[in-house]
Amino acid sequence: MNYHHRRKLQKANLLLLLTATLLFGQATFAQDGKTVFQTNCASCHNPYKRATGPALFGAFDRWGGNEANMKAWIKNPTAYAEKDDYAKKLLNEYSPTVMTAFSNLSDAELAAVIKYIKELPPPPTDNAPTAGGTAAPAQDNTLLFGVLTLILAVIGLILLQVNANLKKLTDDKEGIDRGEPIPFYRNKTYLATAIIGLFVVGGYLTVQGAIGLGRNKNYQPEQPIYYSHKVHAGINQINCLYCHGGAQEGKHANIPSVNVCMNCHMQINEYAGKEKLYREDGSEVNGTAEIQKLYKYAGWDATARKYTGEGKPIEWIKIHNLPDHVYFNHSQHVKAGKVQCQTCHGEITNMGEVKQFAELSMGWCVNCHRETQVQFKENGFYSIYEKFHKDLKEGKLDSTKGITVEKIGGTECQKCHY
Amino acid sequence: MEQKKYWQSFTELNQDSESFKKLAKDEFREELPFEMDDKGLLDAKTPRRDFLKFLGFSTAAATLAASCEVPVKKAVPFLNKPEDIVPGVANWYATSYINDGEVIPVLAKVRDGRPIKLEGNDTAFTKGGTTAKVQASVLGLYDIARLRFPLEDGKEAPSYDAIDKKIAAALAGVGSKQIAILTSTVNSPSLAAVVAEFTAKYPTAKHIMYDAVSYSGLLDANMNSFGKAAIPSYRLDKAKTVVSIGADFLGTWLSPVEFSKQYAAGRRVTDKSLDMSKHIQFESYLSLTGANADERYTHRPSQTGAVILNLYKALGGQVAAPALNDKKLEAGIAQAAAALSANKGAAVVVCGSNDMYAQIVVNEINVLIGAYGATIDWGTTVNYRLGSDTQMNKLIEDMNAGNVGALLVYGANPVYNHPAADKFAAGLKKVGLTVSFNERVDETTAQCKYALPAPHFLESWGDAEPKSGYISFVQPTIAPLFKTRAFGTSLLKWAGSATPDYETYFKNYWITKLGGQEAFDATLRDGVIAPAEAAAGTGSFNSSFTSEAISKLNAAKPGGKTEVVFYESVAIGDGKMANNPWLQELPDPITRATWDNYAMISKKMADELGIAVDDDYEVEVKKPVIKVKIGNKELSLPILVIPGMHPDVMAIAVGYGRGGDLTKEEDKEKAIQTIGRAAAGTGVNVYPFVSFNGTSNDYYASVSSYEKTGDKYTIAYVQTHNVYEDREEVVREISVKELREKPETLQEESKKLREDFGEDFRNEGSLYDPKLNERPGIHWGMSIDLNTCTGCAACVVACTAENNVPVVGKKQVAKYHEMHWLRIDRYYAANRKDQFDDVNVLFQPMMCQHCDNAPCENVCPVAATNHSSEGLNQMTYNRCIGTRYCANNCPFKVRRFNWLDFTGADSFPDNQKPLVEEGGMDAIVLDMNDDLTRMVLNPDVTVRSRGVIEKCSFCVQRLQEGKLKAKKESRPLKDGEVKTACMQACPTDAIVFGNYNDKESRIYKIRNEEQKNRNFYSLEQLHVLPNVSYLAKVRNTDRHVGVKEEHHAEEGAEKKEAGKEAVPSGH
Repeated sequence: MNYHHRRKLQKANLLLLLTATLLFGQATFAQDGKTVFQTNCASCHNPYKRATGPALFGAFDRWGGNEANMKAWIKNPTAYAEKDDYAKKLLNEYSPTVMTAFSNLSDAELAAVIKYIKELPPPPTDNAPTAGGTAAPAQDNTLLFGVLTLILAVIGLILLQVNANLKKLTDDKEGIDRGEPIPFYRNKTYLATAIIGLFVVGGYLTVQGAIGLGRNKNYQPEQPIYYSHKVHAGINQINCLYCHGGAQEGKHANIPSVNVCMNCHMQINEYAGKEKLYREDGSEVNGTAEIQKLYKYAGWDATARKYTGEGKPIEWIKIHNLPDHVYFNHSQHVKAGKVQCQTCHGEITNMGEVKQFAELSMGWCVNCHRETQVQFKENGFYSIYEKFHKDLKEGKLDSTKGITVEKIGGTECQKCHY
Repeated sequence: MEQKKYWQSFTELNQDSESFKKLAKDEFREELPFEMDDKGLLDAKTPRRDFLKFLGFSTAAATLAASCEVPVKKAVPFLNKPEDIVPGVANWYATSYINDGEVIPVLAKVRDGRPIKLEGNDTAFTKGGTTAKVQASVLGLYDIARLRFPLEDGKEAPSYDAIDKKIAAALAGVGSKQIAILTSTVNSPSLAAVVAEFTAKYPTAKHIMYDAVSYSGLLDANMNSFGKAAIPSYRLDKAKTVVSIGADFLGTWLSPVEFSKQYAAGRRVTDKSLDMSKHIQFESYLSLTGANADERYTHRPSQTGAVILNLYKALGGQVAAPALNDKKLEAGIAQAAAALSANKGAAVVVCGSNDMYAQIVVNEINVLIGAYGATIDWGTTVNYRLGSDTQMNKLIEDMNAGNVGALLVYGANPVYNHPAADKFAAGLKKVGLTVSFNERVDETTAQCKYALPAPHFLESWGDAEPKSGYISFVQPTIAPLFKTRAFGTSLLKWAGSATPDYETYFKNYWITKLGGQEAFDATLRDGVIAPAEAAAGTGSFNSSFTSEAISKLNAAKPGGKTEVVFYESVAIGDGKMANNPWLQELPDPITRATWDNYAMISKKMADELGIAVDDDYEVEVKKPVIKVKIGNKELSLPILVIPGMHPDVMAIAVGYGRGGDLTKEEDKEKAIQTIGRAAAGTGVNVYPFVSFNGTSNDYYASVSSYEKTGDKYTIAYVQTHNVYEDREEVVREISVKELREKPETLQEESKKLREDFGEDFRNEGSLYDPKLNERPGIHWGMSIDLNTCTGCAACVVACTAENNVPVVGKKQVAKYHEMHWLRIDRYYAANRKDQFDDVNVLFQPMMCQHCDNAPCENVCPVAATNHSSEGLNQMTYNRCIGTRYCANNCPFKVRRFNWLDFTGADSFPDNQKPLVEEGGMDAIVLDMNDDLTRMVLNPDVTVRSRGVIEKCSFCVQRLQEGKLKAKKESRPLKDGEVKTACMQACPTDAIVFGNYNDKESRIYKIRNEEQKNRNFYSLEQLHVLPNVSYLAKVRNTDRHVGVKEEHHAEEGAEKKEAGKEAVPSGH
């Protein structure tokens, strides 16, 4: 049975390799066309969805497979439409928007982009998982090693048993009577070893499990609105403190109230970023629809451009939860300690929906307090530490290591627990 | 001669007694929950089964806890965030604590929309002082027994509008009958204007003020002597001699906060100046003020007039005075007269009597000693109490005669607290329209047709004029929790005013008066308006009533063999705030009892009753019950033997026994719902025993007989809870004479210790690496001046509010389980063991001493308590496993253990209710864990769960906050910037806290410069190096106070040795 299992795994590996090669091969082939598409077409065309212009999947067929006609259309749509009915129909359908003329594109480039469009894979459906997704767990070798260990242990056991049997045979031959052999499942040594082994493994797992209790690293719940920090703080470079002003004033960084969102979103009513937004499960996010959700919460009538007064607060799912017996103050770290938000919250500028980056365990806090230097010379508060200042000057204290948070008592219990 | 010693309980007087040994040994008097004999757990009857049971339970519990999924928490920001609110950052609003006539300007700390703590307003006439009641009043806001909607005939009324229509019609139909507006003292100028508007509309309306504990006699006396029914301002800080005749001015009389501030100013001594005022007290029972006096003399309450006359005579007044027949008292009067004469123009006599004639003669005395214009100021009169006994009695007559058509009651509760309550209740039935505006369905409201609850002061707009010219504003700190409406709004609506809303009326009133919105806003921000300081006014004295007063006093009929005094207790006062669990659980400063009233009796009386005041007396919480017959009425209540009582006087506190007779279960249940669980049925009501003497109410009576009933009753009192074993030198006291002659007397012992320990005093005898004793940045320290500490207990309640200290209920207090982080120990000192009538009393606030060489820290097996580099003894609750070794090893007995789940913080929801049902815990604990009540919790302080130790943290959350503020502003911490809750609350500034490393700080200067001679550390010989230091109590007397010299010599050698080796084990 074990062997069978292993074969299955190998198969999976092979499959993974195969798919990867195929995908990669395809990618090189269509490379140029894709680039051309993304630089010139993507702002108006989506492969599978009607955007400013029509979806391009199947466009080749719609044009009757006539590459030359397509080329001519792309180079100058208005001029070409005069002599082609299908083109005329297209123009009317999307009026008043007219497709930009791409006279700058070379024939080769046009050919590449048409080829790219022609070979676009059919649109992904919800129940068809991607190839990478299913094969991914096989990359973790722990199970493999575990199984191997188990097999070796079984072989070892069998060998021991064989050894014992052989010994008994020789003993019998030599006439030494050692009595009936005890079956291995009643052998006390084996049992003891097994129990100790179980105890150690079980204990280890229990302790690890217990330590992990209540810790939620990588916690990334789905929020009532898909809010992308990547778009706001990353691409648009909005300062963290613009929204989370509480971080420099008090304990809580505070999720901004809806009126803060509306400061900008009164103007910005659609998502027009180049970057597409995807959820963790791979599904795409319609940014504009998410903004509409915000309007609903804010009670903002986007067409009349006024508040209806029927707003309600957004119930965000809290991600970073500290136990009640911990006192944590954002302003202590952000304002007094000048710690970057990213130190604890990770690469927030690259996160779609926020994920808990740090463990938020006591060990994690304490480690940072051990290593981080306080603003010892810059902050006037620390002027009272006369001895440390003197020692630093006289070189009694390592100035490269500086005065860490720990040095001024930052790892004492009642700095965080009271 | 037997040496003098300091003792807390009678038991301590005989330390060889079995009781004392048991008391000291059984520190944690707990029955463990399994079968035990003396052999220990393993040899018990069923050790294996018990072991398995506990193991099984722990495993099951752990599995249960582990299998719980992490709950999804939500973070819901505002839809539209108000500009001035940052979640997690407190806002402060200037407002005023108002309880009848008591007005104390405060700043309310509002966290995330909830007021959670009140602190004194430094800029006001109270100079930042508060009382226990002020500190506790914030809990009153979240009282679950408050009336939540208007009532009509005891049922919820559909709306205020509907009621308004009915009442307006009823008022219109009153005709020529009187409309009585009965309130407790109201000193709000705008409300007075509202009442005037109402009276203009209804000409038969009359405003009558009535105080439960009346000052009518004083007001009437001043009306006669000075032509003004008012009370002048007393300036005790200007007095060199203060003589008080029964006035408990530090505890309950008139304005204790102001008087405490002034008194402390006159009492504060330094090494350079030992000048202090002399305080002589004449009284019948041991009051807080009497406990602080330099000289104290007791007399019968019926002798008050005689004492005053004798004093007047001794001062040179040409009067006949009745004989006192008490040598000691006579000597006292001579002494007082001499002290007063020696300080003419800087002396004052205050009298707590409510007898008009007595007060007239006191006025005469004050004229004689030149008090007016010096220590008594007629330029500023005070409005704390304006009630008139005669007017109130007239109202009751009118009501019974059917002359009153409508009665509007606001703040007053005569059915409970009027001596003629029955008569009042009978009259009430004859009034056509009765409306109550009280905050709950109290005794009076229950008998009114309509109840229109007024909001709590923290939800209200308003103002007060506690002293003439001094205005204090009230502004809401939270939107009204319930469907309440301001009293003023109702009056305005019914009067058909153009502004039928008190909030607008109030704002208009002051905007007009102050000259604009800007000035109004500024006043609202500051909270107070104070007139410019003026010279004290003398008033125009008219002595024409004196002779009548003197003859009346001379003719006063003598009291019986035994007399009884009715007094206000510091915590409960007149009983209006009785439903406040913080106040109920606050140990009385003198008796140290909680949750009850009782008869304080003398040792002599106990002997007569056959109650043995022996070694067991105070260890045993069950006290004998006596039946007292006063006139034709009787009452039964337990006794407490209190040294310092007049031998033939017993004292009983008013303010208890709310809800009347609650022997029937349904009555009790109803009272719990309407009046509140903490107040209903707690103690007995003695207001019915107060009598009217023709001009005013007398708060004393003659006892016809008293006898033991044979019953016993548990009084939960805490004085015996923390025993210092046989250690002395916990507290120190000295007379000013001795201090002057030998300034360094108190330092001798300390000097010897320093010599013994050698140069490296701090590190010698310490288990710690000297490096750990370095305090590189801040070294927190606290100094408590026992001389200015009056024992008023404001700090205790402030600490409770700030640090989420749980209420445990009476049953648990009786089991030594009270949780206060800060207690005020009361010590008696007497030269002879059996001297019970003449004792010195000392108060010592005792909290964690934050020892730098702490014995608790090195016995903790899990390092849950350890030391910080700033000198704090840190307690980490989530690490504590509850071995209680630390509490055992603490020489000061300041660590408190959570024996039960008092807070509901545990993850097991069912570990409170079954206990309450079984009777192990009081239901009040559940009330304290109600969602509404829990709104008072300070979110910066962990709510502790069962099984952990807790103790004073020096308000570490405030220290951290202060440090953070300094860091954010990139500057060093300023001295006095961070204050602990106790320091902030203290009305006498006895507590100083700061950074000892800062050479410019007050704490450094007190210990090393200003107060070197009086500075001492409690139990210094143990070498635990406390960070709390005390300043010895000084008595302005020629008597010897403090421990005898011989005693020092005798014990000195022994102490030295003990100090050397006893440190870590702390045996």
